[in-house]
Formats: sequence, structure tokens, C-alpha cells
Amino acid sequence: MSFGPVHALRAATLEIAAGECIGLVGHNGAGKSTLANVINGRLSPTQGAVTYRAGDATLTNGQKAQASGVRSVFQELSLCPNLTVLENLRIPFRTMPRKNWRRVARQKMQDALDLVFPGHGIKPSATVGNLTIAERQMVEIAIAFADRDSEPSLVILDEPTSSLDAAIAQQLLDHIKRFCTEGGAVLFISHMMGEIFDVSTRIVIMKDGQIVDDQPARNFTRESIVDAMGHVAPDDTDTGATRTAKTLGAEVVRAENGLNARQGEIVGLAGLAGHGQAEALAQIFFDHSSVWKSSGNPEVVFVAGDRTRDGVMPLWSILRNLSLTTLSEFSNRILVDRGKESDLVQNWKQRIGIRTDNVSNPILSLSGGNQQKVLFARALASSAPIVVMDDPMRGVDVGTKKEVYQMIRDEAAKGRSFLWYSTETDEILECDRVFVFRTGHIAAELSGDEITEENILAASFEMQEAAV
Amino acid sequence: MTGDRLRLALPVLSLAVLLGAVFYLQPRAMSYFGLNLLFNLAIPVALATIAQMMIIMVNDIDLSIGTFVSFCACVTATFVHDTPLIGYAILAAAILAYAGLGALIQFRGLPAIVVTLGMSFVWGGLAVLILPSPGGASPEWLKTLMSYKTPLVPIAVVAPLVIALVVHLLIKRSWVGVILQGVGGNDRAMERAGWSLVKLRASAYGLAGLFGVLAGMCLVGLTTAADANIALRYTLLSIAGVILGGGEFVGGRISPFGAVIGALTLTLAASFLSFLRLSPDWQIGAQGAILILVLAVRLLFVRKEAAA
Repeated sequence: MSFGPVHALRAATLEIAAGECIGLVGHNGAGKSTLANVINGRLSPTQGAVTYRAGDATLTNGQKAQASGVRSVFQELSLCPNLTVLENLRIPFRTMPRKNWRRVARQKMQDALDLVFPGHGIKPSATVGNLTIAERQMVEIAIAFADRDSEPSLVILDEPTSSLDAAIAQQLLDHIKRFCTEGGAVLFISHMMGEIFDVSTRIVIMKDGQIVDDQPARNFTRESIVDAMGHVAPDDTDTGATRTAKTLGAEVVRAENGLNARQGEIVGLAGLAGHGQAEALAQIFFDHSSVWKSSGNPEVVFVAGDRTRDGVMPLWSILRNLSLTTLSEFSNRILVDRGKESDLVQNWKQRIGIRTDNVSNPILSLSGGNQQKVLFARALASSAPIVVMDDPMRGVDVGTKKEVYQMIRDEAAKGRSFLWYSTETDEILECDRVFVFRTGHIAAELSGDEITEENILAASFEMQEAAV
Repeated sequence: MTGDRLRLALPVLSLAVLLGAVFYLQPRAMSYFGLNLLFNLAIPVALATIAQMMIIMVNDIDLSIGTFVSFCACVTATFVHDTPLIGYAILAAAILAYAGLGALIQFRGLPAIVVTLGMSFVWGGLAVLILPSPGGASPEWLKTLMSYKTPLVPIAVVAPLVIALVVHLLIKRSWVGVILQGVGGNDRAMERAGWSLVKLRASAYGLAGLFGVLAGMCLVGLTTAADANIALRYTLLSIAGVILGGGEFVGGRISPFGAVIGALTLTLAASFLSFLRLSPDWQIGAQGAILILVLAVRLLFVRKEAAA
């Protein structure tokens, strides 16, 4: 399976038999979600094939998956918040009898909720928008297990317990076990080791788009799983070589959740994607930049990872994109000093190596990596002492990455502080100190030689049994 | 459920307050005849508001409903009156054109606001072509229907309630309505469940076309003549009516009863201002002020609801 030039999944062979519960684990970008989406037919593999129990050859993979009873629950909720709980069951249940459908839907929804979450207290006539996040998640899970056009045969659950409390999560795990003994199959993706060991009969470990291990659960221990997930093939050997004892200045920023940075320090934010790192960065950025009091000298600058959403001005030239943050620093009160602006941009074009003949070309004429360089230059050109980076290397090639690492180290040596959220381990290894996030909180603070892939993975995954 | 009730309570309350104010200013309005006069122009407004609601239900907005109703009124006053067969065929084609627009908007991923703004000039131009100067005549049956005397409560009050009830059953109770609302709620989930968004959006637009046609016909039945500019104000009135009635621009949250009550409130606001002997120059501004007031109150309600 590949997206453009990126191979998200390769040589991944997986057979799921009735009665099995498969625990799927892996680090960020290992291809767990892609694998799940190939199985449920939402993505078609570029090479290879998926075979289902039912459905003839003329159907698409999605239709075959539907006919075979493959259901999935993903982290982003797929309910309609403006409809009631029972009306939401009508949407995937395409062939519901038309006469008295409300009564049928109410009964089936009630049955499904009672089956998975006894004592749930959710009314089928309640509007989904008025439910709590946990209740919505429960409804979504119940709909996946509900008896609809076809019986559920394989249910894919991607981090299903992320918004459930321990007692409710236990009900779900119990139901999964019951469902599997009755002949159903479950593909269970989770970062909670306790849950994985509780329900899985087989554990599949993914790394870099490949299945690296696939054995019955009893053959694994928590440590052996972390070992198998780790050891991403290193791109270069000099990572961490420059981590010498640095003299760090005073603390320049501290957030409520304990995240802090000292002058001249590169602080990494690690952990699985979507566990609160981006929110923590945004919090720091907004706390230190006020719309009302914006002065010529910002305290914090931001390098966006999602270029198209919060980075690039797509219609502007390279020059104007680069000078955006610093405009007020080198302009007089009203007018932009075009000469200074152009000097600054030429200077940064040389320093960071933006590959273009003319900086007045549109920004979109650059490759993704070069666009990202412009965003880096935009932030570094300002005099702000703190630089916040939200996974800034997404879609950037290795060569550019190395140049940028070097530049970050140089800037840090000059006394700037960096807060760097990254989903890639070799970037995190560049940092002086690392905070590992899990479910919105800091799970561990690592510094110096403690910053290893094993330690980061161990902290990203819940190692303890879920307390009931 | 309480949240939805609260949403409906506000339009009902604002209608009651306005009605009370009108009765206080003009006690003679408190009669069968008075109520009929106050509300009879509300019937086409209510139908146009329902049409707009169908579009807002699927997260779009229709800027052409005013000229579309004008166009339908012109067709009704000319073709339907003179050569009924051709007249009804034109109206049916107009509904199909609306459904086609919905399909096009979904299929090509176009912004509805641009497409309908463009279409508003098309409908307006066609209306002028059909009826260059005010005139035409209402089909006999329409005139009789619109001046029908219902027992006890005048038709101007009964008709909007019947319209609201029918649409409520169609949109809020039937499975078709639930699926259509789902498009506004979470279109990706609908697509994943295997529904065709093109068909669903076309259906929603088709329904909007149907109610637009009904609005144009009712308008001719009431005024017994038509003009190419007869219903231009309906575009903004219908959007205001939907929002006043507890609807939201995005998310598929709409209420048929709310929309109809919103339309009644807006019509009544115009009469109320006339009773205040406010110069017509100020009336549109004052109508806007009433709208802002009601929406501000609703914002307070919604905030409280979110905090609770």
C-alpha cells in the first residue's frame, strides 16, 4: 500500500480467523491504521489483495467487507451529532425494514448497548450531540457490535478505550472476550499494554509498514513487545553525537502541566500522535503571544507542521511568506521597508539554502521540503527567544532534515530555546531533554543518556494494568 | 431533549411577545378577520422558509430562493392560468433543475453559495422574460383555496401549522428525513456507510425546489397577480426564519416547526412596525434590529446550555 512515493505498508500478510482476538501494536506511523483501512476496504492496496468470507468478485473491497460483516470503530467519531442514538443506527443499517423502523431501531440499539455496556443509562431517543464523549464512544462501539443487515464477524477497534473510564473499558474488554468465544473476530489496536494482554489471543507487531512479529499472546512479555517495536533503522549514525554537556541558562518557559524549557535548550515532546503534544505547544504559544498587546518583538514564534493548514500563504511569493513574522521588526510605523525586507530574505535564502532562482516566485513553486525551509526561516529570522515547532519535518526529505537539525543546534548554542514536537524517533534523539506525553499528560521526563528509543516507547505505552 | 425544547421555546416566546404587542396596539386585530389579515402573507413566506431549511439541512445556503419564488409566481400567473399543462410541466422542470443543481454541487464540490447566487440571476431573468410588467392572473382554484374560510381559526393560521406538521413528519420522523439530516450532521460517515451523497443532496435540493414552487403558487393565489420582483425579499427572510426558528447554519440542526414560527414572527414584525406608525424607510432596519435581539437572546441560551 503506498500513498504517492510513500510506502505506508509493504509485505504485510495477515490472516484473521473466526474466534481470534488480535492485538495490534506499533509506534507512530508503523502502518496500524493503514492496515485497518485496507482490511475494511476503505483503501485499496496498490499491490496484493484482500480476500473476504463473502461477496462475489464483482464487488469492491468495501462492499465485500460490508457483506462479510467487517465493522470498524475509529478514533474520530463517525456519528451524526444532530440525530438521536437510534437514528444513528439507521445510517449504517441500509436495509432496515421501512415499516415501524423506529421501533426496530430502538429495540436493536437498546439490545446492543445492554449487551456491551450493561447498566449504561443511555436512552436510544437521546440526541447524540447532548451525550458526553465517552457516551458517544459507547454508542459507536455498540453500533459496531449491533445485529444489522449482516451479523458482525470482524470488528476493528482503533484505540476504543481512549475516552472511556476504567470500569466501562473493562466491560468492553469482557464483551470482546465473549464475542470471540462465540466465534467473532476482533482486531484491537491500543497503546494500553494491559488491555492488549487482557484480550488478545494473538499479538501482531508492526514497524515501518511491515509486520515484524505475529505470535500467540502467551509468547510475549511487555518488554519483548517494546523490544520488537523499537530499533527503527537509523538514517544516519551521528545522531546524538553532538549531545555534549551544555551549560544551560535559566528557565524561560513553564506550562501548567509541567512542561518547561531553559535558555539554549532543545526540548522534545514525544509520545504517540494525538496524545496532547500539539495542544501543549499551542497553549505555550498562545500564553506568550497576545493579540491585543502584539509588539514588534514577539516572545515566541511558531513553526507549523501542517503547512497547508497553518503555515503557508498559498497565493504569496516566497519573499513575502518568509518575511511575514518579522515585518514589524524592520519596518517603520506604516510602510514596509522593501530594501531591508529583500536583504533579509536574500540572506536567509543563502543560509538555509532555499532552492529557487527568484524569491518573488510563488511559494507553491517550491517542493514541500523547501516550503518547510521557508517556514523555518520565517521563524528563525525573528528575534524571538523561544521557537515552538509542531512536528515540522512532516514530508521533508532526509537531506533537508540534516541541514535543519544543524541549524537548530547552532541557534540553540546561541541561546535560543526550542520546543519540538516530533513523531519521529531520530528527531527526538536530537533533543537535550524529552517529555513523553500520554493521554494528555506528561508520562515521563527524560534527559541526557536516558533519551533512548526504549525509554520513550515504554513511557508512551501504558505498562501497568488498568486500575479498576 | 431539553436542549431541543429550549431551542423551540425561544421562537414561540418571541412570536407570543410580538403578538401581544400587536394586540395591545390594535385590539381589533384580535379577531378572525384581523388574524387572517395579519398572517395571510405568512403562508408563502413559511413555504419559502421550509425550502431554505432543506438546503441549510445539508450545510448549504440558497441565495436564489427569492428569485426562484418570483419565477414560479410568474409561471403560475401566466402559463398555469392560460395553458395549465405547459404551466405544470415548467414548474416540474424547475424542481428537477433544483435537484440537478444539488447533484452538481455535490459532484463537482462547488460552493453552494456561489452556484445559487449565479442561479438567482438566471431565475430573475427568466421571470422578467415571462412577465415583463406586473400582471397575469391567478388560476381560479388557487384563489378559492387561498380565500377558503376555515371554521373558528382563519386559514392563515391553520395553513402554516399544517405545513409545519407535514414537514415535521417528513423530515423528523421518516427514515428518508433522518438520512437527509445525516448529510448535514456528518457527511463522511454517510459516505462510509455506503450512501450516495450525490443522490441525497439532489433529494434535499429537489425538496427545496418543490417548496419553492408551492410558495410561488400560494403567493399568486393571495395577490391574484404576479411581478418578476414579487418575492425578492424572501431570500433573506427565509434564511432569517430558519435561524430564528432554532436552526444552525452547519451541522444539520433544523426544526420545521421552528422555521415556520420564525417565518410568522418575521411577517408579524413588519405589521407590528406599521402599527407603531414607523416610517417605511425605517422598517427594514427595525426588522433587522428585532432579529438581532432574538438571536442575541438565543446565544445566551445556547451558552448556558453548553455551560450546564
